[in-house]
Amino acid sequence: MAWTWFHRLGSPPYIYRLAARLTPWLGWAAGLLIVAGLFDGLVLAPPDYQQGDGFRIIYVHVPCAWLSLMVYTWMGVAAAVGLIWRIKVAHAVAAACAPIGASFTAAALATGMLWGKPMWGTYWVWTPRLTSELLLLFLYLGYMGLRSSFDDLQRADRASAVLAVVGIVNVPIVHYSVVWWTDLHQGSSVSLTGSSIATSMLVPLLVSMLGFTLYFGAIVLVRLRAEVLRRERTAAWVREAVGA
Amino acid sequence: MNAAATMPAVSAAVGLPRVAPWTAARALLARDLRLALRRRDQLVQPLAFFALVTTLFPLAVSPESSQLRMLAPGALWVGALLAALLALDALFREDAHDGTLEQLVLSGQPLALLLLAKTAAHWVLTGLPLSLMAPLLGFTLGVPAVAFAAVTATMVLGSVALSLIGAIGAALTLGIRRSGVLLAILILPLAVPILIFGARATTLAIRGQSIAAPMELLAALAVLALTLGPLAAAAAVRIGLE
Repeated sequence: MAWTWFHRLGSPPYIYRLAARLTPWLGWAAGLLIVAGLFDGLVLAPPDYQQGDGFRIIYVHVPCAWLSLMVYTWMGVAAAVGLIWRIKVAHAVAAACAPIGASFTAAALATGMLWGKPMWGTYWVWTPRLTSELLLLFLYLGYMGLRSSFDDLQRADRASAVLAVVGIVNVPIVHYSVVWWTDLHQGSSVSLTGSSIATSMLVPLLVSMLGFTLYFGAIVLVRLRAEVLRRERTAAWVREAVGA
Repeated sequence: MNAAATMPAVSAAVGLPRVAPWTAARALLARDLRLALRRRDQLVQPLAFFALVTTLFPLAVSPESSQLRMLAPGALWVGALLAALLALDALFREDAHDGTLEQLVLSGQPLALLLLAKTAAHWVLTGLPLSLMAPLLGFTLGVPAVAFAAVTATMVLGSVALSLIGAIGAALTLGIRRSGVLLAILILPLAVPILIFGARATTLAIRGQSIAAPMELLAALAVLALTLGPLAAAAAVRIGLE
């Protein structure tokens, strides 16, 4: 009885309507938070004593990097749920997450390179953090490539789900790479127990991260609706929902 | 999946002899080795590829011996990695084609154990020869003789881990036409740690320093691949044969 909400989420028409209801809330909240966070971070926060104004790319780089890991985790969890409980909607969620996660990973790498050039003097160094993040991008691309090479949708779902679950091992490696190895990339300065960043710089960062996370929620729900429509296109409820 | 779980009960009910899992695995290992040894000329292909790729590096970069010694670990490991990847394509292909893989799934034996046996046979036929040939190619790249044993040891551990991870990729790409490139794309991100630690160990060995640290990490990767790899490969094979 306590799990009915979980099983209801596995019903395509239910999740289609729920996603439609949630998307505007998430989207507008995300927009407000991102605008507030970026204005606070790009304009109001004081310049860094060492990096000057160049550090402000942190307000885009860190949310993108954080999301690249979080989206992969969600993708892996959804894939595992789909594999274990054979819930089609879970596979649709994983399929919807993948391109978004890949884009965030590419954005994290690109903003990192733009940040590295003035600060480190180079666009790229082969350190554990950067290398494992690059591998994360390849894992996303491999997932999408494997998915697209099957004609049978169920086989594509299940095979790519196995790959997603196997690749989850990279997520803790990326996260802890700055702890386990000495790395040019700085260590974590924000954790659940506290932070070493000044409050005036930390607040816009947290606001920005929350805004980006809600943005991910909004666009994954949009993609999920499209994915569900595509998979269930022959069902009666789709014809009613689309109004044809 | 339910069919495989109830097969032992069915075979017992029908009066067929119950075969112990390790016996079945050993029989499968012996069968694979015997079949492969009947086509001995095909066994040489990964070795020839390894030799060719390793030869490309001094030709493309610089034949000067000091520079060669610097790029020797990388050239050896990249060559071995690519040769192993190409050979992995054929791990399950024949058995999937003629239905043997389906029989393995339906046999009632633990599929992970059977796939471990197949991967072990594949490693004996490709990974082990590649590892034994590595010092020879290292010699052509200027690796000193004191490092030969270390080079072989690192390659053995690395190729074990690589075969097991590669089995997952081979199982995932079962039945896809022209899956060789996709298999490489899927396996290479997971194989990068092996490459990093293996090349590091080879570099340290060439300098005459202790290789304990990267070897221990390589061994950890090999143990991780050994314990979890066949399970993932079994899940992937079942999905591929549905």
